[in-house]
Amino acid sequence: MADNKFAAYICAGCGIGDTLDVKSLEKIAQKEGKMALVKSHAFLCSEEGVKTIRDDIANEAVTHVCIAACSRRAKTEAFNFPGTSVARANLREGVLWVVAAGAEHDEVRQEMAEDYVRMGCAEVKKMKMPDGNPDKAQARSILVVGGGMSGMTSAIEAAEAGFEVVLVEKNGALGGFAKQLWKRVPFAAPYAEAQPTGVAELAARVSTHPRIKLHLNSTLAETAGAPGRFMIKIAQESGSVSDVTVGAIIQATGFTPYDVSKLPKLGGGQDNVVDQAGMEALALTANGAAIKRADGRPVNSVIFLQCAGQRDDSGQHLSYCSGHCCATSIKQAMYFKDANPDVDTMILYQDLRVPGMGEDFYRSAQEKGVTFTKGMATRVSSGGDGCSVSFKDLILDEETTLNADLVVLATGQVANAGVDLDKWTEVTTAAESGDANAKEAQQQLRATSVLKMSYRQGPDLPQLKHGFADSHFICFPYETRRTGIYAAGPTRRPMDLEQSITDATGAALKAIQAVENAGAGRAAHPRVGDLSYPIVRMEGCTQCKRCTVECPFGAIDEDERRFPVFNEQRCRRCGTCMGACPVRVISFENYSVDTVGMQIKAVNVPEEDENKPRILILACENDAYPALDMAGLQRQVYSAYVRAIPIRCLGSVNTIWITDALNSGYDGVMMMGCKRGDDYQCHFVKGSEMAYYRMSKIGDTLTQMGLEPERVQTLEIAITDSVRVAGLINDYVKQIEEIGLSPMKGFG
Amino acid sequence: MNAPAPYKNNFLREVEECVEEGEWVKMCMQCGVCAGSCPFGPDWEHSPQKLFMMIRAGKREEVLTSDAMWMCTSCYNCVVRCPRELPITHIMHGLASYAHRLGLVPKGQPTHEFAQLFWKNLAKKGRVNELKLTLSLYFKDGLVSGIKTALGMQSIGLGMVLAKRLNPMEIFGGHAIKDLKGFQAIIAKAREIEDKKQGLKG
Repeated sequence: MADNKFAAYICAGCGIGDTLDVKSLEKIAQKEGKMALVKSHAFLCSEEGVKTIRDDIANEAVTHVCIAACSRRAKTEAFNFPGTSVARANLREGVLWVVAAGAEHDEVRQEMAEDYVRMGCAEVKKMKMPDGNPDKAQARSILVVGGGMSGMTSAIEAAEAGFEVVLVEKNGALGGFAKQLWKRVPFAAPYAEAQPTGVAELAARVSTHPRIKLHLNSTLAETAGAPGRFMIKIAQESGSVSDVTVGAIIQATGFTPYDVSKLPKLGGGQDNVVDQAGMEALALTANGAAIKRADGRPVNSVIFLQCAGQRDDSGQHLSYCSGHCCATSIKQAMYFKDANPDVDTMILYQDLRVPGMGEDFYRSAQEKGVTFTKGMATRVSSGGDGCSVSFKDLILDEETTLNADLVVLATGQVANAGVDLDKWTEVTTAAESGDANAKEAQQQLRATSVLKMSYRQGPDLPQLKHGFADSHFICFPYETRRTGIYAAGPTRRPMDLEQSITDATGAALKAIQAVENAGAGRAAHPRVGDLSYPIVRMEGCTQCKRCTVECPFGAIDEDERRFPVFNEQRCRRCGTCMGACPVRVISFENYSVDTVGMQIKAVNVPEEDENKPRILILACENDAYPALDMAGLQRQVYSAYVRAIPIRCLGSVNTIWITDALNSGYDGVMMMGCKRGDDYQCHFVKGSEMAYYRMSKIGDTLTQMGLEPERVQTLEIAITDSVRVAGLINDYVKQIEEIGLSPMKGFG
Repeated sequence: MNAPAPYKNNFLREVEECVEEGEWVKMCMQCGVCAGSCPFGPDWEHSPQKLFMMIRAGKREEVLTSDAMWMCTSCYNCVVRCPRELPITHIMHGLASYAHRLGLVPKGQPTHEFAQLFWKNLAKKGRVNELKLTLSLYFKDGLVSGIKTALGMQSIGLGMVLAKRLNPMEIFGGHAIKDLKGFQAIIAKAREIEDKKQGLKG
């Protein structure tokens, strides 16, 4: 490889040249930044300015470029030089627009700009151009687990897009839950009548599609590998096992209706009390004629009880709403009214919710004469010729008991998401310490797994809430926390047929992206296209297991000797492993302990008697750094004593950065990350969480150094917090000035 | 008529057939916006929302003897706000009229009494005889209370006479519209049509 040649370009546009001393910045880049080539330009992002850089890359063999201009989030297209490492010193949003105007601030403003130039030069020197993961995984077919409406939709969508599909269904036929339906709710205007499900037609298309290979009566026996190279063992009911290699996986394993036998008070388990699935079975038997009970008697009155075992706050049943059941009961009430308008049909609800265009469907049922009663059922018992339902009418505020020939319980959806990983971790930890019972429990748990993944962090997808295999609806629609494995349909969150179809289509597209990215050695969501990947100096590893445990995406396994095994295709490039590693052997080519560490060291920390504190800001590039930029855009004023470094995620912060900064005389460190906790908004799930955890342990180190714990602050900053962030900075600077400057100055 | 079976729609069907705009009652979604919008809300026995639920629950007696529909001032707040676009005011009037026909209005309901006086007064001469209407209202509860009210209103009455807003001579019969016979024929025909529509006899 040719020698590296470093160049710095300083822009004087957007008012930078009017306010800052560009000549002096050039000098800094040359003398302190040790740049071989330093140029300034009045309008660097202009065609002419960009051409200067391009020419130098072509003619002067420049390999690394430091651009001191606007934020790295601006002018990304103009300053994109493929094959050249680029660092950006943020003079516009980071200095010009945020430091108070006026000549009395000239000195600190210039110091801030000079530091950013130093930092940019220091960073670019440690950067390498990433080539992409050399271990390119080329399997392109897509495995779909589950042959219901979601699974079949994913399969047909992926196949139609040109990908080979392997569809595994544990039953002997396709169709899943949707096959057990007589009709479905309408998807199109006028949303008035129940429609044929269309399951048989879709199943026929799937089974005859040339690119779909069907495995009926089959389950997964093992899932190993990573996107682009998943090794799957498919076990037939007969016992035979076949191996396939696939690029991505879609888990569309659907749901199980909540067990009605857990609802004895509402008649669960009694004759003439069915759940919605049981109701569909009666309708299928009737085949369009008048619906009869299981005992063959006609139904002249039927009561639907909504929210049966759902939205329960006693902790005994499902605490959530499954979303589809109101419309489903409306549809089923129509089954009766359509066959015989004289059948008394009552829907007893507490809050009727029909998402989408369901309101029209609701109206259609009212027109057909279905009675809607806002009330709460208290008891269902055998009575008269059928059941007797006691309820409280919530509008009339009175208790009533009615007789009905049939009662339908609208129970909720329980995800078929496999093993709960929290339980798995608990059992595994106990099993590893030699507990024989735990070992057996682990085996039993594994038997209930859907994917049977051989991942260090457990055999199934992590569950977000209520046992659904979701990740986070704001940060990652359609995502899970395992790269290349996507959940679709009611296994991801409660949903109806129409939503499942949309969801399955989305999952198919995500799977295709994952296959393409793995094939090109690039990262998948959210750093789509990122060519860097974690590189480990394994000889330095102490087998501490922090990276394998802390990786939010289960990307790192362990070998027999407990060394980490990195599966780059599973990795999302957040750098949480880099932040975790106590011996700092994990890095990325363009983002490492050094690229940030050298920036921290490049800052010129004034002597104590100058009375100018220096505060380091480590800002998450997803939310906090944009918020800082936005503060600039809005001309919020904050202290010129801070130096901000964008980082991939707060999880990637290695504590060495903090101790280095404090040792070299910084007076404080502000770590700005995303919202953590159950309703986190971290792009990498638990980066912010990890940072808080690690910083909670840094207190002792600070005390040993003779420093106050306030010198390190961890903050949650949302992308909209532009005003707040400026306020926080100013408050913190004030606080540091009150505590006094760091006693460590001059020892660094 | 026997009391309808609870929640079995018999009474709802009766309302749909016999009450003006009654076919809308089943479309109520029990959101309660009407009850919240009514300026008289706290003063009635039942809000429209409750009344509609009672119809569905088959509470025939309670609905038709309620004073609720008589309290409606026709401000149309509920009609404007109903997300299901129910003509609530009209349904209230429909229910009132149906209760009247069935003779189920609570005794002494003031709006009902006034409505009857008004109609009697109007039907006689084809126009409202204001003096007679006022006096019949004053004396509806007997001679003593009538004289008391009339004396109380004395100065207003005299003022109106002086301002020529009230003609004391109207007490003697009062004048009629042109073609009173024709007017009465129109009313009789209208009643016949209405009764036929509602399946009732006068």
